[in-house]
Amino acid sequence: MKAPPFAYVRAASLPEAFRLWAEAGPEARLLAGGQSLLASLAFRLSEPSTLIDISRLAELKGVARDGDAVRVGALTTHAELGASELVRQHVPLLAKAVPLIAHPAIRNRGTIGGSLAFADPAAELPACCVALGATIVARTAAGERRIPAAQFFTGLYATALARHELIAAIEFPNAKPGERAVILELARRSGDYAMAGIVAKADVSRGTLDKASLVFFGVGETPVVAKGAMAAVEGKPAGAEALNGAQVALEADLDPPADQHGSPEMKRHLARVLLARALRHLALQPEARAA
Amino acid sequence: MSTAVDLSLTVNGERVTRRIEARRHLIDFLRLDLGFMGTHAGCEHGMCGACTVRVDGKIVRGCLVLAASLEGAQVETIEGVSDSGEIRDLQDAFIARNACQCGYCTPGMLLTAADLLSFNPRPSRAEIREHLSGNYCRCTGYHAIVDAVAATAAKRSGGAGR
Repeated sequence: MKAPPFAYVRAASLPEAFRLWAEAGPEARLLAGGQSLLASLAFRLSEPSTLIDISRLAELKGVARDGDAVRVGALTTHAELGASELVRQHVPLLAKAVPLIAHPAIRNRGTIGGSLAFADPAAELPACCVALGATIVARTAAGERRIPAAQFFTGLYATALARHELIAAIEFPNAKPGERAVILELARRSGDYAMAGIVAKADVSRGTLDKASLVFFGVGETPVVAKGAMAAVEGKPAGAEALNGAQVALEADLDPPADQHGSPEMKRHLARVLLARALRHLALQPEARAA
Repeated sequence: MSTAVDLSLTVNGERVTRRIEARRHLIDFLRLDLGFMGTHAGCEHGMCGACTVRVDGKIVRGCLVLAASLEGAQVETIEGVSDSGEIRDLQDAFIARNACQCGYCTPGMLLTAADLLSFNPRPSRAEIREHLSGNYCRCTGYHAIVDAVAATAAKRSGGAGR
């Protein structure tokens, strides 16, 4: 359970980080909060030649309003995300997600950028980003590009990031008046990775589920957008008819692999349970405050 | 780039300077390099919470922090908060309620419970359990631990436990 040997270097600025990264060779990795990376080093699942510590880069920190969006720096810790008044006011789903992410001591160091770059399929924040239509702001030494969250997660622990490209920030559109969103998960121990989870969002201002978004986590290789279930609830009140149709459609939406938690059939069952609970929350929960 | 790192930081109020291996996690630095044996290595991959310490006032998993990354940091261990008397009442309550048992998880439990009480002086039992959810007690003495935290909260706020 000891990490293999590696070199360590701390970057003092973003340009320096890119220079060190290029110089350190193909086996170098970035160190942000380290809450997934250090565990994988302990298991020797990863044997980097060099860790480039970017955790002190001011360029990658802070939560700020940016027009109709909230821009969250990649090094924002889960604890900072949960404590941010801007987040609570304009992207309330994220504040609801934070207590589900690991445990307090891990939330004090783990970062949103690290969680997205690691792309664990059972993690909460990737599913939140997809459901909320977030944009990943990616940087290289050459410049910046913007990647829609829906295109960012490309496979198991795999993302659209290119070589020597890092996440600088994530932009979340402000919640709109009338919009409700909820995140629910089932885990054996509070704070553990979910056996299955759901992020559900809809505009409920007309008394029906409009522009509904249903994204599952822990049931596939990436966050799974349940398109069939979304179509089944669209424009309907959050009642039995919408739920029945969505649960049937979910069969085709999900293809969960077996994992240490259980069989694909168990995951399908948990997903149906979560879908029912999520629709009930959308029917009951107070509306998001005006942006 | 080197696998050895020069490190200077503050541990329990004292300035410490060492040359360490980059791969050394904070638990081994505290135990093997500095002799602070109160920080316990349990799972060493972030699951158990036995290695909980404070860095710059916030609780962290010692196994998930590289000592090399802590240049200039303020680290506090169970030895530091014991000597200062900061959590004397919590420690007394753990003893009174027999919440220590084998003692392996106790330093992590104490620091995590102290963290909760620092921002939530009157937590419910559910809130105590939630905040301690990342700390395993392999003796399964959770009930006594929750009792001890609840009793401390009640005593600090001058009332009966809820």
